[in-house]
Amino acid sequence: MDVQLIAMQLLSGAVLGAVLVMTALGFTIIFGMLGVVNFAHGALFMIGAYAGVAVAMQTGSFWWALLVAPLAVGALGLLIERFLIRPLYNRPADDPILLTFGLGYVLVEVVRIVFGNDGIPFSTPAALVGVVNLGIGYFPIYRLFVIAVVALILALLWLGLEKTRFGLIVRAGARDPQIMRVLGVDMRRLWFLVFGVGIGLTALGGVLAAPMRNVNPEMGALVLAEAFVVTVIGGLGSIVGAVVAGILVGLVVSLTSLVAPEMATISMFALMALVLLIRPQGLFGRAGA
Amino acid sequence: MTPQSLDTTSAPGQSRSGAGALMQLASRWRVPLTILALCALPWLLPSKALAVNVLIYGTFAVGYNLLFGYTGLLSFGHAAFFGSGAYLTGMSIVHFGANWLLALTTGITGALLLALVMGTLSIRTRGIYFSMVTLALAQLVYYTALQASSWTGGENGLRGFTVSRIDVFGLQIDFLNPLHKYYVVLIFTALALWLVSRALNSSFGAVIEAIRENEVRARACGYNVERTKLISFVLSGAICGLAGGLSALHLAIVPLDTLHYQTSGLVVMMTLLGGMGSFFGPFIGALAFLVMEDLFSLWTAHWQLFVGAIFILFVLFLPKGIWGTILGAGER
Repeated sequence: MDVQLIAMQLLSGAVLGAVLVMTALGFTIIFGMLGVVNFAHGALFMIGAYAGVAVAMQTGSFWWALLVAPLAVGALGLLIERFLIRPLYNRPADDPILLTFGLGYVLVEVVRIVFGNDGIPFSTPAALVGVVNLGIGYFPIYRLFVIAVVALILALLWLGLEKTRFGLIVRAGARDPQIMRVLGVDMRRLWFLVFGVGIGLTALGGVLAAPMRNVNPEMGALVLAEAFVVTVIGGLGSIVGAVVAGILVGLVVSLTSLVAPEMATISMFALMALVLLIRPQGLFGRAGA
Repeated sequence: MTPQSLDTTSAPGQSRSGAGALMQLASRWRVPLTILALCALPWLLPSKALAVNVLIYGTFAVGYNLLFGYTGLLSFGHAAFFGSGAYLTGMSIVHFGANWLLALTTGITGALLLALVMGTLSIRTRGIYFSMVTLALAQLVYYTALQASSWTGGENGLRGFTVSRIDVFGLQIDFLNPLHKYYVVLIFTALALWLVSRALNSSFGAVIEAIRENEVRARACGYNVERTKLISFVLSGAICGLAGGLSALHLAIVPLDTLHYQTSGLVVMMTLLGGMGSFFGPFIGALAFLVMEDLFSLWTAHWQLFVGAIFILFVLFLPKGIWGTILGAGER
């Protein structure tokens, strides 16, 4: 019985980890490829969730929401890059942080004006309601679905970055933009596209999280902190690092909530503090970077 | 006090233009001049309550500016110091019946120790990570306060302490009178300003600015960069703790939001609006922010939209802030 309980808790930890990976993914990509710390990440995640709610209410279908919301918010991301981030590429590294912080502030207020201050309930899509028996216990189908989507996205990202010419250029650009420019690559266009993809993934995370989290204008603050924790533990905007760190954090939070439920959220930050003490550059970060 | 000009970037020694000489004179007398301006403030503003807020948030921004403006470290976790200062001041009164001065001292000490712990952890990371780590650690403090509700009042905030009459060196002062309150708070603000000015005029002040300008070179010159950053972090945290403690005495309540990420953002905005790395800028920033809040909220409940947009415009076009831009124009 006890073993079963721990096994269940480990599984739900892994699921929570998958959700955290999705929470941090868009942030990590933009940070890793452009070196931009996006403080509007939480707000854009929240906007993704709201866009999902709006599309689902209009069309009556969760599947449309899953497709349309990330595309729409990704397009918004392109506009943000073009008009707000691009003027700051030659400025000190703190300036994009300050700007995106202000942007997050504005976006939260816009959502309040459009949707109000209260949270909006978002029901799990009918096809994914219910639980499934995994032999060790019953598990919500929707959470398994989220794992599948996250695995699919990661596989696509891996293929895109490792097996295509575009991915090769993006990776080279992340390492040395100057050389790429000398080689005749239009880095501005590349960053424009990567930023849009990153924001689109952020919004997808928001839509996927909507049935599991309370959708309200305030949800971004915790999301932002979670993305930071995962990125700092994983190290240097590394996607592999984010995946390992996300699952690690999920397991720790899940096991902590078994022993001391009130410490669950706190344990995540404590884990980050521990990693900082032992390995300040993060699990997958290079020293001195 | 050594007559060094750190507020202006002009070359030391004789200044050729009259404006430059005036600026240097103003810089030498910056503490008395700032206090003089603050003495007059309540008579220039429409409400005394607004003046008290400008003073408290201005002090918060002065502490923050030492780290962000002078040392060049962008922290997004200073709500932790403001909040812990406020909570510990309030808790000392509520749970232990301490007198106001002891409570305030406890608040400052607590914020200082917390800054020592948070600083030790966050300074291990370089550059851009610093902002993320300070924010995450501040969230840890927020959730801890939320969980420890028997001590902090949890979501309802800490209530049940009102300081109506205080004893300043044998002098009984009615703390409910906003004007009396203002000048009591000003004593502490003046102390903080004097401390910051002394620190900036010392060799420590020169080293933190060297770190801001070029960390690698400062390290190569043999300065202990990590330790200097930590001292700056702790001093900054202690001053923010003082501001938090004063805010607790002023409001007679500590809302949980005091520790929220928004509070960290608030002081970043005030400091940048006023002009980071300038001595008087934080007060201009606090004043500008609070006046904007008052004006816009008369007109719409969504004042944050406009304040946020104005902040974005400042980052894009006026990164030196109001006071920094005025100083820059004066130097030319």
